[in-house]
Amino acid sequence: MKTHTHPSMTRANKARRKLLRIITFFIPLLVLLIFLLFPFYWTFVTSVKPTAELYGETVTYWPKNFTGVSYVKLFKEFTFFKPMFNSFVVASSTTLITLLVALMAAYAFSRFEFKGKRGFMIMFLTNNMFPTVLLLIPLYTIMRKLGLLYTPGSLILSYTTFTIPFSVWLLNGYINDLPSSLEEAAMVDGANRTQAFIKIILPILVPCLIATGVYIFMQSWNEYTFAVMFTNEKNRTIPVALKNLIGQLGVQWDLLTAGGIVTIIPVCIMFFFAQKRLVEGLTAGAVKG
Amino acid sequence: MNTRKFAIYPYLLIAPALIFVILVVFVPVFNALLMSFQNYDLRRPSAIGFSGLKNYGSVLADPIFWSSIARTLLWVLFGVGFQFILGFALALILNQHFLMRGFVRSVSLIPWVTPGVLIGLMWRWIYDGNYGVLNDLLIKLGVCDEFIPFLAQKSTSLPAVIVTIIWQGIPFFSIMLLAGLQGIPSALYEAADIDGAKKYQKLFFITIPSLRNTIFVTTLLRIIWVANSVDVIFSMTEGGPAYATQTLSVYIFNKANSMNLGYASTMSVFLMILLSFVAVPYLRSMFKKH
Repeated sequence: MKTHTHPSMTRANKARRKLLRIITFFIPLLVLLIFLLFPFYWTFVTSVKPTAELYGETVTYWPKNFTGVSYVKLFKEFTFFKPMFNSFVVASSTTLITLLVALMAAYAFSRFEFKGKRGFMIMFLTNNMFPTVLLLIPLYTIMRKLGLLYTPGSLILSYTTFTIPFSVWLLNGYINDLPSSLEEAAMVDGANRTQAFIKIILPILVPCLIATGVYIFMQSWNEYTFAVMFTNEKNRTIPVALKNLIGQLGVQWDLLTAGGIVTIIPVCIMFFFAQKRLVEGLTAGAVKG
Repeated sequence: MNTRKFAIYPYLLIAPALIFVILVVFVPVFNALLMSFQNYDLRRPSAIGFSGLKNYGSVLADPIFWSSIARTLLWVLFGVGFQFILGFALALILNQHFLMRGFVRSVSLIPWVTPGVLIGLMWRWIYDGNYGVLNDLLIKLGVCDEFIPFLAQKSTSLPAVIVTIIWQGIPFFSIMLLAGLQGIPSALYEAADIDGAKKYQKLFFITIPSLRNTIFVTTLLRIIWVANSVDVIFSMTEGGPAYATQTLSVYIFNKANSMNLGYASTMSVFLMILLSFVAVPYLRSMFKKH
């Protein structure tokens, strides 16, 4: 906040400005933050309440008795490690495959002029036109025919439907920001294009690759629609496991909220590290007119 | 020799990504079109075969299909509308200088990285008709005097899921608009100050016009995502009670889940046609730049 005073500003004027700032700034900020963060607070509080308090007469806003029982139960009885491991396998494989093929394509779009370039670029955007559920149905029959249904492979493949096109665009934006004189200098010194790319561009691009990777990982970690149809008991991922905690007899909210907290902590940590670069990349496309 | 090698190189680079996209996007889209003309129910595999326009006729005569379209429109209109308004408000706030701004900005993005299923379940618990915190708060504030089963009754369930999708989408709008706000040259505001412009005048005559492109692209993208969203509604209500929260995407998902793939494909073709009203302008605006 600015604290210096303008000589012409009277005391009453200052008080009015302060009040105005509280009304137009602090109160809206507070209300929005409470709205956005309260559900997380509530999820956490629910996960550490004993069952008796959870389903008691009165709703308590801070647990009277803390307990970690639901977390222990989640991992012991419900073997939550398994879906976590499955999600990790699917998300990290999707991330690696996507980064590799998208980086190559993005580099080509950024540095070369070639016949049909525009058409190919269009192909990497049109996937936005197709509803997720439209792809879901034929992919289900394709995975069934390929024998991939109920394997992690089916999820990795179907996640590339949205991760590859998106990553091509994101990485293309990052590479466009690097002057091509960087590689040209190396090529003058006798390196070929591949060597120049690996030695010069790749190291500079590492933070952008991490940011893109985090985004791909997050999306694969969070995806539900494909996961619920393409997995079974053995290889179900976290979102499916969470939804399955809702049984015939109702919902075990303490377990479910504990599972929720365990699910978002890893993605939150990754996201905070990659955030700055990721937001820059995402917004560049929409902001540049 | 050298020039020929040079010409093949870019094609080799895009080939792997292209093969993936063709296999997992374009082939399936073609398959979906084929399936929409077939009697394709995996519960009755012997009856699978082409049936002409039969599915299209049944879909058009299906009252649930039409009511799902109406709900999709409400879902998108109110969902994206309030995401925009509240996201814009948050962006305007975050564009000012204050203590811990970076921290507040990071924290406000968390809903965006939370799985849709979890979002649905978290809010389902908040809305709970027996132990829900929202009911408790409303009673303590004197707004109502008995617990409301928000997700179990027709009148409140659609607004309740819409509030949830608004909550999910605020962060995305706010980061996009914030980036746009930071790109507006301050000289514009300084000139307006010299002319004695009021705050709201600056908002309507400088800020919003400068953000036109950002608002346009972000809103279209958001409409596509919200219309496609299945996980939030499905984990809250599965489309119920009595179809009250069943958008077209959720209806298609439910039909696909019950293995009636032909009928589901036909409906998704209609969804694609509806979405193209938004997707085509989006694509065109992306190409203008390239």
